[in-house]
Amino acid sequence: MIQLYTRRVWANRIGMALSMVAMSLGLIGLMWILWTLFSKGFAALSIDLFTQDTPAPGSEGGGLRNAIVGSGLILLFSMLIATPIGILAGIYLAEYGRVSKFASFTRFMTDIMLSAPSIVIGLFVYALFVATTGGFSGWAGSLALALIAIPVVVRTTENMLKLVPTSLREAAFAVGAPRWQVSLRVTLRAVKSGVVTGVLLAMARITGETAPLLFTALNNQFFSTSMGEPMGNLPVVIYQFALSPYDNWINLAWGGALLIAFLVLAVNIGVRVAFRQKDKR
Amino acid sequence: MSEPSATGEIDLHAKQVAKFRLQDKLFHFTTQLFALVVLAALVGILVSLAIEAWPSLKAFGPQFLWTNVWSVPDDEYGALAAIYGTVVTSVLALLIAVPISFGIAFFLTESCPLWLRRPLGTAIELLAGIPSIVYGIWGLFVFAPLFAEYFQPPLQNLLGDVPVIGGWFSGPPIGIGILTASLVLSMMVIPFIASVMRDVFETVPHVLKESAYGLGCTTWEVMRNIVLPYTRVGVIGGIMLGLGRALGETMAVTFVIGNANRIIPSLFAPGTSIASTLANEFGEADPGLHIASLFALGLVLFVITFIVLAISRWLISRSMGSEGL
Repeated sequence: MIQLYTRRVWANRIGMALSMVAMSLGLIGLMWILWTLFSKGFAALSIDLFTQDTPAPGSEGGGLRNAIVGSGLILLFSMLIATPIGILAGIYLAEYGRVSKFASFTRFMTDIMLSAPSIVIGLFVYALFVATTGGFSGWAGSLALALIAIPVVVRTTENMLKLVPTSLREAAFAVGAPRWQVSLRVTLRAVKSGVVTGVLLAMARITGETAPLLFTALNNQFFSTSMGEPMGNLPVVIYQFALSPYDNWINLAWGGALLIAFLVLAVNIGVRVAFRQKDKR
Repeated sequence: MSEPSATGEIDLHAKQVAKFRLQDKLFHFTTQLFALVVLAALVGILVSLAIEAWPSLKAFGPQFLWTNVWSVPDDEYGALAAIYGTVVTSVLALLIAVPISFGIAFFLTESCPLWLRRPLGTAIELLAGIPSIVYGIWGLFVFAPLFAEYFQPPLQNLLGDVPVIGGWFSGPPIGIGILTASLVLSMMVIPFIASVMRDVFETVPHVLKESAYGLGCTTWEVMRNIVLPYTRVGVIGGIMLGLGRALGETMAVTFVIGNANRIIPSLFAPGTSIASTLANEFGEADPGLHIASLFALGLVLFVITFIVLAISRWLISRSMGSEGL
């Protein structure tokens, strides 16, 4: 009897201890990566990073100005494409999709698209856009990233709209408002901040995406704001520079990685903090 | 003109209702159209990949899947090496990630002090937010050298002479290779698996757990005998989600797998995966069979991940849906 008891207690202790080990392994991984990023990335940070363009092979110095601007433009346009599509599709799923078979099928497929391999989306946009219109371009990059961002926006919009109390909808219907006004002017407005959160998270998600840009936006060593041409962008520059034999290129890759990671983590943390304060209120 | 008649008012009202009805129909139609975009993209991916891959599929037939050749000069292509690398790295990554994710979810739901739950949960979720290219350069410049110096030689000494599995640890300890890719991948999928597990663990009714505690069960026993059986379906769904993620992961793997397009039966040896082959070769691929074969690889990857993710989502939604029992 006592033996059994001791065994059970020990099994429990071991289980608990192992779970703590697992938790610390996760935290150590996070800390390790962040520490590496900050120590190597800060060494590369300087004014040059923002004011000079990517250097030619073998030349000294250089910065990431063209890549930063290129990434910004590609991100801006992909979010301009993804936001309206994602929000309207999200409204459809939330308002009309409670019972419809078609809507639950769409929801299921959207969930799959959330985790679909991003490189395949790059291939798709290449086949659809780059191969047919003749050439790599910033537009192709935006399109590929938009396809990755849309499912994120759809699902967060839908989840947020589902939180709106039915009584609010019913009140609006009761005063005679048509469905579209209820959707756009009552429920969507009620969850405005949640929808903005979804858009921000989608942006964070695509900020670091590299694979889909490899065959779409490609890269451009020179400063360019023309979306119709190949466009420099941070992820692809990091990829190419990190695998290069030049020390200053590798250094720039670390600087770029820090910029991207900082942006992504800042959005992720910012969104969580903002939401926690709202919960408390 | 006298004062407006009652019928006129009703007419006006009916007009308004008709207008609203039309607007509503339009609104329904428009939003549905946008929801269709997602479906269209999915179908479009399948169709366009199949069309572009057609020359290769026609030239090599189904043998493409199990031929171990990838030769640009001979213009002969088979997917076996890439499929092997993809499957081996993903499965190994899961073997490492699943126990750790389970431990994290267990800790977060059962034994973590309440005030720490949120920050620690967020920290794990942040791991998922770090872009994969950052994992890639960290793996290549920081992890791989340390791994080659401090982990590979002892592993080789310890297991290199064991029959059967000894061969897995043979070859020069160069740091990059299949095992390194698996380790980096496991770090990347832990947050996904752990957060699904945590969410499904939280769906277990308190009454069930409290009854078990009331009978004198320890926390570990409640986990093993109550929570795990109750959430089995969702847990498997979470693991499949991690698998789907690992199969399609590109940049991190490309950096550390070594990119050798052949099968070497050692985990220390360099290999390749479907995604990393695409990332490496697609930009400079020759038109014709080479590029068609790369599209065929993409198609294979998409079909595999689609099936895995579909099963995963189905299991997860079934598990989350059965909340009330």
